[in-house]
Amino acid sequence: MAMTETRPGPAAGTTADTPRRAKNFTSRVLIPYSMLAPGIILFLVFMAAPIIYTLVLSFQKKKVSGLGLGKGSQSTAFAGLDNYVSALTDPEFLGSVLRVLTYGLILIPLMLGFALLFALLLDSRRTRAGSFSRTAIFLPYAVPAVISSLLWGFLYLPGVSPFHFLARQFGMELPSLLDPNLVTFAICNIALWGGVGFNMIVMYTSLKAVPSEIYEAAKLDGCSEIQTAIRIKIPIIAPSLVMTALFSMIATLQVFAEPTTLRPLANSLSTSWSPLMLVYRDAFTRNDVFSAAATSIVIALATFIISFLFLRIVQKRAFGQEN
Amino acid sequence: MRKSFRAGAVAMLAAATMLAAGCSAGSTAGSQSAATSDPNQKVELTYWAWAPNLDKVVELWNEKNPNIHVTVNKQDGGDPAVTKLLTAVKAGSGAPDLIQAEYQKIPTLVAADALADLSGTVANDTKSHFPDGVWNDVTLGGDTLYSVPQDTGPMVFYYRADIFEKLGIAVPKTWEEYAAAAKTVHAADPEAYLGTFSSNDAGWFTGMAQQAGASWWGVDGDAWNVKIAEDPTEKVAGFWGGLVEEGVIDNKPMYTPEWNTALNTGKQVGWLSAAWGPGVLEGNAGATAGMWKAAPMPQWDASKPATGNWGGSSTAVTSQSKNLDAAAKFATWLNTDPEAIKALVKEAGIYPADTAGAESSLTEAPAFFSNQPDFYKIVGEAAQNVGSFTYGPNVNVAYNAYNDQFAKAAQSKQKSAFLDAVKNMQQVTVDDLKKTGFTVK
Repeated sequence: MAMTETRPGPAAGTTADTPRRAKNFTSRVLIPYSMLAPGIILFLVFMAAPIIYTLVLSFQKKKVSGLGLGKGSQSTAFAGLDNYVSALTDPEFLGSVLRVLTYGLILIPLMLGFALLFALLLDSRRTRAGSFSRTAIFLPYAVPAVISSLLWGFLYLPGVSPFHFLARQFGMELPSLLDPNLVTFAICNIALWGGVGFNMIVMYTSLKAVPSEIYEAAKLDGCSEIQTAIRIKIPIIAPSLVMTALFSMIATLQVFAEPTTLRPLANSLSTSWSPLMLVYRDAFTRNDVFSAAATSIVIALATFIISFLFLRIVQKRAFGQEN
Repeated sequence: MRKSFRAGAVAMLAAATMLAAGCSAGSTAGSQSAATSDPNQKVELTYWAWAPNLDKVVELWNEKNPNIHVTVNKQDGGDPAVTKLLTAVKAGSGAPDLIQAEYQKIPTLVAADALADLSGTVANDTKSHFPDGVWNDVTLGGDTLYSVPQDTGPMVFYYRADIFEKLGIAVPKTWEEYAAAAKTVHAADPEAYLGTFSSNDAGWFTGMAQQAGASWWGVDGDAWNVKIAEDPTEKVAGFWGGLVEEGVIDNKPMYTPEWNTALNTGKQVGWLSAAWGPGVLEGNAGATAGMWKAAPMPQWDASKPATGNWGGSSTAVTSQSKNLDAAAKFATWLNTDPEAIKALVKEAGIYPADTAGAESSLTEAPAFFSNQPDFYKIVGEAAQNVGSFTYGPNVNVAYNAYNDQFAKAAQSKQKSAFLDAVKNMQQVTVDDLKKTGFTVK
């Protein structure tokens, strides 16, 4: 035990030591743990307990006898790994995972690319109206996803969209973004609109933390603005690029509000479009909380593994200079 | 030190686990039988409902019955209320005495043991007040009474009388005439449609299948059967699929901003909907007041008029209520007493399930249909022709399958895809029953 090495005074057990031990107990155990207690209790009640309960649920299933009507005809039974097997072999689940991967492959590079571009532009010496632009780019992040999806939904629907109206005035017919082959882009666009600002602020903040002597030195060495951006600024803020990429990946895996809000507007989105929509449908539309629990555990594990692998791969390069 | 922390953590985890286990254990021990109470004792009842202004109707009851006081607890709608009730039943406490339950939710609620049996109470004597099809919904075809019918949604055909007149179209009496009218409307204006096939509204499609004679579930001894992929439903799906494939009926969902605009601008010329339709039209297409008329639904067989039902709800007593008799008394009054029905019509704007009550309280056409004084005569006749339809224990799954399958079909605009969608709905519904452990024949 680590504590025995640091404990002062003679070995425990002698009579003269007793009051000191009591005092020790108060100052070393009672006070720190009572101060930690709120945190520990909140963690247990709102994190650990729900996670354990979800695990318990995921190994159960509903059992029905006869018509399943009336008292006692339905009970819960141990399901073993059944829920996990059916989650992992469900074509709907695999389909939703594939859709979200496609969505992420389109969204993340665009979102981080724009965020970085805007951050570098705002940070460059020749920028005018910087604080206004910063606020304007950041503002969409303050709009809840449900609201922004409704707003964009109105703009997408050909019957009410001003874009389609204008195009028709010029005798053109725009394709509907809510068609099945374009709807992924429609959702990407909403996420992009809402997400670029946040990522830009994170990158911009870390650019501001870079000491200006470095730029002065670069300037003396004859670096142009673009060269400074590519050779100095981007490598220096690599840790925040990694962090925003990680946040974006997790957010992508958890996409829910945008497709759920757009779904009733068109025929192109199913109720199992994304993995979380599938979980929601199983739990609340189909009243099958057990399958939903198993799928949630699978998604949580996958998110964890993907984040972990991603950090392993990029960490050395991004944080290398700090060690 | 570390050790003591570990011990503490283990103890806390154990406590948390027990807490979680306690939640699930409650479901078996929670529901004891509702005790009958002394009639002179003052009773407090809670009532979860979402119909607008229901509290004003309940106020009438509270004035007259000081011993049975009812408090309305306003809910967001049918789905959230049911989810909340199912959670309360699982937890073993927290359910109200009464709940507004949609007909298609009753088997789900019964399966979860959420509803009390009313067959031993005054509510059992109300059978003669309601059409047989509606009574079937609240008894599931057996002797147990689970709920007292409140309102129904007999379906009718709403159409723009002015546009019909301009185009010289007669009101379609059969579906064949409906198809012909759809072609005329679309030919006159390529942006206009007589209607749309909505993959969002499973209840709407159910009503049309019901009109054609479908009843999607059935009880066969100790087993359920599912009869979605059968002739009546296939006929309806094929009919609409054909019209969508031809392009004379729109394929976009209802209740979207686009649909509202089309109703307002005369690009949606008709709407197959229920008795509660005027309220929706008034809200979504206020500019068209006085231009619409209601007619009976087009028929498959004009000699045997039939109608479907879209929506409607009932008043049920939950299995956790300790005042079964008092609650049943209130539910009976609310849905069969002439004064209560009048108030329901006036305050909540519903179409009463009580046949006599509907006739006496619905005398004047809704303001939006002031051009059609006999509005409620047409709706009332339709209400008499509602066929009987049995809902099963997994209506939610079937409805969800409708959304997903018919969204694909509507998008593809192919009649064959509509027929496939019916087959897939059947498959998903049967698979779900089997997976849960129901016996399916």
